Amino acid sequence: MFIIPKEKEVPLGCITPAPVTEQTMMITGNWREYRPVIDQEKCNLCMNCVVYCPDACWQLNEAEDEVVWNAKYCKGCLICANECTTEALSKVYELDFEDGVVRLEKPF
Amino acid sequence: MAVAVKTQNLPLIKKIRNIPKEEYYVPGHRTCAGCGPALQYKLVAKAAGPNTVFLGPTGCMYVANASYLCTPYAVPWMHTQITNGGAVASGVEAAYQVLIRKGKREGELPNVICMAGDGGSVDIGLQAMSAMMYRGHDALFICYDNEAYANTGIQTSPTTPYGSNTTFTPPGPVIPEGKKLFPKDPPQLVIGGHPAVKYVATASVAFPVDLMNKVRKALNVQGPAFLHIHAPCPKGWKFNESKTIEIAKLAIQTGMWNLYEWENGEYKYQHKPKEYKPVREYLKLQGRFAHLSEAHIAKQQAFVDAKLKAPGIPVAIPISPPRAEA
Repeated sequence: MFIIPKEKEVPLGCITPAPVTEQTMMITGNWREYRPVIDQEKCNLCMNCVVYCPDACWQLNEAEDEVVWNAKYCKGCLICANECTTEALSKVYELDFEDGVVRLEKPF
Repeated sequence: MAVAVKTQNLPLIKKIRNIPKEEYYVPGHRTCAGCGPALQYKLVAKAAGPNTVFLGPTGCMYVANASYLCTPYAVPWMHTQITNGGAVASGVEAAYQVLIRKGKREGELPNVICMAGDGGSVDIGLQAMSAMMYRGHDALFICYDNEAYANTGIQTSPTTPYGSNTTFTPPGPVIPEGKKLFPKDPPQLVIGGHPAVKYVATASVAFPVDLMNKVRKALNVQGPAFLHIHAPCPKGWKFNESKTIEIAKLAIQTGMWNLYEWENGEYKYQHKPKEYKPVREYLKLQGRFAHLSEAHIAKQQAFVDAKLKAPGIPVAIPISPPRAEA
């Protein structure tokens, strides 16, 4: 029989807590094959990447006046690089990075 | 007796820079890379704001998002069966009305949004959706249209376009075009048959500001509203996941998808191209249409041309005179 660990038991009525800013139980950063890399000098803050990202992985940092990438959840679909108006985003193979291919310690 | 009425007036968005920053559909969900439905969910949740209740009939946006114990919704969300999305939306809205009337709940009536796929709204879930529109509940029913039953392995649905290669309509020697039937038109179905409905619109992920404004308009009206949102599916339509927005834009430029809104019996069109591109340009980018021959493409073009002559305007059917008494 499959035994569910105590901390993963579903409460009565299947009511689960809602996430606030991110859902840490489903980290999708290890899905990607290519990584979008931004050239901040070319970026004119057209906000296309922020609006068109299905995973909300681009956010505007108002203090710094630049867009910030979220490596933890980016699935590498590269919609942002395709829709970038100034070609500030380029795709780089994930294994070229020191911290490339984020592995989870254990499956969720 | 006090009746709970919505007094909110969500402001319309003018520019892409003014889109709110708060996320209510947070990162950390299991949808495919480049998912069009996930993108429209993010935009709808942003437009609706924190005072919202989402209902998720079975579909991609339930199966892929609400995996074991983890959901990406920062606002209340409930799963409903694929058949009864509209019925649960009606019940939730009626319950909030009663709670406010009896003084057990303070504040505004929440935005009740039922986020159904094309199967959950115009195929399996049609009766519940129709009943919600008929009874006049103050809820918004959204049909995100990825043109197939994508989470079970791309089966054909009533909104799948002519000539698609799906698991249920594979092209072969007997039926070379794959799907033989032409798709349903959900907004016309709602406009034509439901006198209580207040606001109907079509939107696309390619025009996010337009999409969010339509969501806000639909939430500002008191009464049922329906939105039909075009959401390309990289897995089901067989194209590169980085081209989701490109495909959605091409659908509008070729006339495969029309952006309009219907309010008080009047149609208004948005982002209408001056000159339509041939349908071939939209079809050739997608693997699901790779098997089509020239004759099939001409048939699809003829269907689109007939639709574009009067996009969104119902055909006037002559009413037959009553039969003379025998």
